[in-house]
Amino acid sequence: MTKNVHVKIDEIKTNIGLIKNLELSIGRVIDDSWAEPMGPTPMPSLTTLRDWDFKLLNRYKPFYMPFCDLCCLCTFGKCDLTGNKRGACGINMAAQQSRIVLLACCIGAATHTGHARHMVEHLIEKYGRRHPLDIGGLNIKVEAPVTRLVCGIKPQTLGDLEEVLDYAETQINHALASTHTGQEGNNLDFESKAFHVGMVDHVGMEVGDIAQISTLGFPKADAEAPLVDLGFGSVNVNNPVIMCIGHNVVPSVGIIDYMKENDLEEKLEVCGLCCTAHDITRYWNRGKIVGPISWQLRFIRSGAPDVVVLDEQCVRTDAFDEAQRLKMPVIAASEKNCMGLPNRTNDPADEIVEDLVSGKTPGVLILDPDKVGEVAVRVALKVAPLRKKFKALPEAKEIIRLAKTCRQCDLCRRACPQDYNIPEALSAAAQGSLSKLAEMYELCVGCGRCEEACPIGLAIHSFIIKAGEKQMKEETYKCRSGRGAISDVEIRSVGSPIVLGEIPGVLAVVGCSNYPKGGQDVADICREFANRRYIVVTSGCAAMSAGMYRNEEGKTAYEEYTGEFAAGGIVNVGSCVSNSHIAGAAIKIANIFARRPLRGNYEEIADYIYNRVGAVGLAWGAYSQKAAAIAAGFWRLGIPVIVGPHGIKYRRMLLGRADKEEDWYNYDARTGEKVYVGPAPEHLFQTVETKEEAMVTIAKLCMRPNDTWKGRLIKLTHYVDLHKRLYGTMPQDLHRFVRTLADVPVTMKDEIIKILDEKDWKETVIPDPTLLPRMIRKKKE
Amino acid sequence: MSATEPWQTAEFSGTKKAMVIAKPEVAVAMIKKANHPILVIGHLAAEIELEGKMLIDYLIDFARKSKIPVIATAHIVGEFLKRGFEPAGWMSATEIGSKLADPEWHGIDCDGPHDVALFVGLPYYMESLILSGLKSFAPKLKTITLDNKYHPHASWSFPNASVKDWAENLKIMISKFEERGRKQRNVNV
Repeated sequence: MTKNVHVKIDEIKTNIGLIKNLELSIGRVIDDSWAEPMGPTPMPSLTTLRDWDFKLLNRYKPFYMPFCDLCCLCTFGKCDLTGNKRGACGINMAAQQSRIVLLACCIGAATHTGHARHMVEHLIEKYGRRHPLDIGGLNIKVEAPVTRLVCGIKPQTLGDLEEVLDYAETQINHALASTHTGQEGNNLDFESKAFHVGMVDHVGMEVGDIAQISTLGFPKADAEAPLVDLGFGSVNVNNPVIMCIGHNVVPSVGIIDYMKENDLEEKLEVCGLCCTAHDITRYWNRGKIVGPISWQLRFIRSGAPDVVVLDEQCVRTDAFDEAQRLKMPVIAASEKNCMGLPNRTNDPADEIVEDLVSGKTPGVLILDPDKVGEVAVRVALKVAPLRKKFKALPEAKEIIRLAKTCRQCDLCRRACPQDYNIPEALSAAAQGSLSKLAEMYELCVGCGRCEEACPIGLAIHSFIIKAGEKQMKEETYKCRSGRGAISDVEIRSVGSPIVLGEIPGVLAVVGCSNYPKGGQDVADICREFANRRYIVVTSGCAAMSAGMYRNEEGKTAYEEYTGEFAAGGIVNVGSCVSNSHIAGAAIKIANIFARRPLRGNYEEIADYIYNRVGAVGLAWGAYSQKAAAIAAGFWRLGIPVIVGPHGIKYRRMLLGRADKEEDWYNYDARTGEKVYVGPAPEHLFQTVETKEEAMVTIAKLCMRPNDTWKGRLIKLTHYVDLHKRLYGTMPQDLHRFVRTLADVPVTMKDEIIKILDEKDWKETVIPDPTLLPRMIRKKKE
Repeated sequence: MSATEPWQTAEFSGTKKAMVIAKPEVAVAMIKKANHPILVIGHLAAEIELEGKMLIDYLIDFARKSKIPVIATAHIVGEFLKRGFEPAGWMSATEIGSKLADPEWHGIDCDGPHDVALFVGLPYYMESLILSGLKSFAPKLKTITLDNKYHPHASWSFPNASVKDWAENLKIMISKFEERGRKQRNVNV
């Protein structure tokens, strides 16, 4: 595809005459060499897929849990919506909650899409619009499954991605507009739009990641992507340390390139927090991943970084203030996150370096990634020997002294999102024991709210870091560098066993680190399901947590399990934007394995995935609007998402009602009959309280109507086994999942048959399931 | 800190706050008036110790004496069974929340909609949001919390109180219900 062609001819003589001042402008030239016919819904608008959304939303009805009883969005307000009352504009509580859900999804999708736009523009400037997209060589023919599905475009070059982003940005803009006062007013329509924006979010993520994979030398669908260093202890703090925080790797690339060009690779450490860290290691496997988003205060206050580079997304907004306290020069490198710093983009590097080293300016904004690279490296080299003098954390005796001043007012505990008994830990500290503070090190999400709440200004989070310092320094693990997409070959290998149910499920462990009890839950869940021969896919901060706990042999999960997209694999796809490859894998199963047409054919593919692909997302520590948008993209594809307990603050769940039999009838595409398929999957979006509940729920939500008897038998085996082990009893809903006696695992037959008898179970058929009447091959007579 | 501020800071912004249960006898009186109560118990019941006894053990005593059917959330059904107590059902906390908000739900024992739901032992923020959902979308349901933390989204809540007072309140409530020995029914949920 060629975009924005301009031809200008001042004067031309031809046989037919003289032409002067001819100007020709063509918005877009479509090179439609893609043989696949266009499907019914290329570039869907806000309402194109509304009917599909409503099919899902009528089955998985929203349960709203208002986080705030008021609406404060216009000057009529504040309006009290308690009890589903209507506000001055006429909106009721249900619509308001769904409106906030949509707003969150718009913020998330705009963030990913904005990231992608910046990435594509930057890479086009560097590599040209015609630079080919290549995310897996010959192993990947379907290089952009989400984009193909949604937009009906087969992008081949970086330039082609601009058109895709034009579409995504337009849709986000329209959806955001619908949240204005006096526009949309129905909660289900808001929900449908949230699904739409979620779908668009996956397009934006896909564009961002395939652009960087194609140009920056990232692993290309590589199951054996290198194992890279993870954890605070892996950073050699004797070297100058540059710490990059955020999600956009472009400034980090500038840093690494400068180091390479100047033969400084051995002389500095480049490490990252949050998704930038993943992408640093995808670019340069000597980069270090410090840890997830919640490690920001921890790492800064440790005093280890000599220069802090901030790009975009999930950066603590007080990162500059925190760094300044420890005399760490800060470079903000994104237009989206200027931190109030002076824009020095156009100043000579020498001057900026001098100002940062001398402390004349504590931080700068530099919007040229190459200049960021030069300045960061030169400043780190000069500042490191000086900064080593700065004390970063209080000494133990100082903590004990300060803890004695604690008033035991409980304000820190009440501010703690985990309700940790901080006053008790401070009381123990006052008695000379830091052990209770050290216990919190592992569990703390690092928000720092305890300090903000303390009326006498105790640096409680620093106390916790100091108490856990020994553990922090010992954190040396391995993470598999983000591999990017799943190859077509892998999809061909696993497509059949997934769809038939013989691989019991695909579990995507994604999202942030707002965990209820530290990151170990994530690692435990990954191992549990990999051992059960599910395919476990990880990304983002969750992928880091998955690698931070060793087995009895001292191996981390990525050393213990294959990185192949296969039964028993733990597969790190990469950063946030790499989540699109998880959706992409599900889409490719429908396309490559089942040969369903992909191009602009969203509804049919989603219907296929919903009924056949036993995939579940788990965002154990989801906190962000981006996570909301990512989840929404999965919902529209019919993939259920589970969130940890803090995920309830997304204020709306999408819950099926297994007890309402009438809700669970799908068409049998072979006959046109409506047949009971059971609650499979039972929920589309669900919060769970504990790791144990998460595991049982994952196993249950992997069931799909299309499972063969053998597949259902395997899935039921895992569900029952986990339920018995973790809940201490048999599940009581097996009558809803057993279709024929062949589904019943032999080893559990007596127990299950007993339940079936008690529940008056009746045999049902295993259909060729669909929610779409148009997919019925034989019309009902 | 006031006893009637939400336990977690900034948890509440609205106009309708829970009435404070000043004495456990008041809670008992309200529960006795209920036609069809239900008790929802979260996983913390199996983690919190009150004066040398686990919260779950107090709550089993409470359920036995009050004959209120119990829903165990998360994974703790096994903790009840280990103690020889069979809850009426188990499901996720938001599932029971959404069912309680459904006026057509036949109730955990198929005896019709519940008119009073008691909550205890969930993480504060989870319980708070579920109560918020019920406040807005279950107009006929009254909610009561048995925790020692003030829950403004409930209809009735105990104030913020010490663990010692919490244990004492539970003991008093248990003593006020007469033992009737009706077995918990495990029915279609």
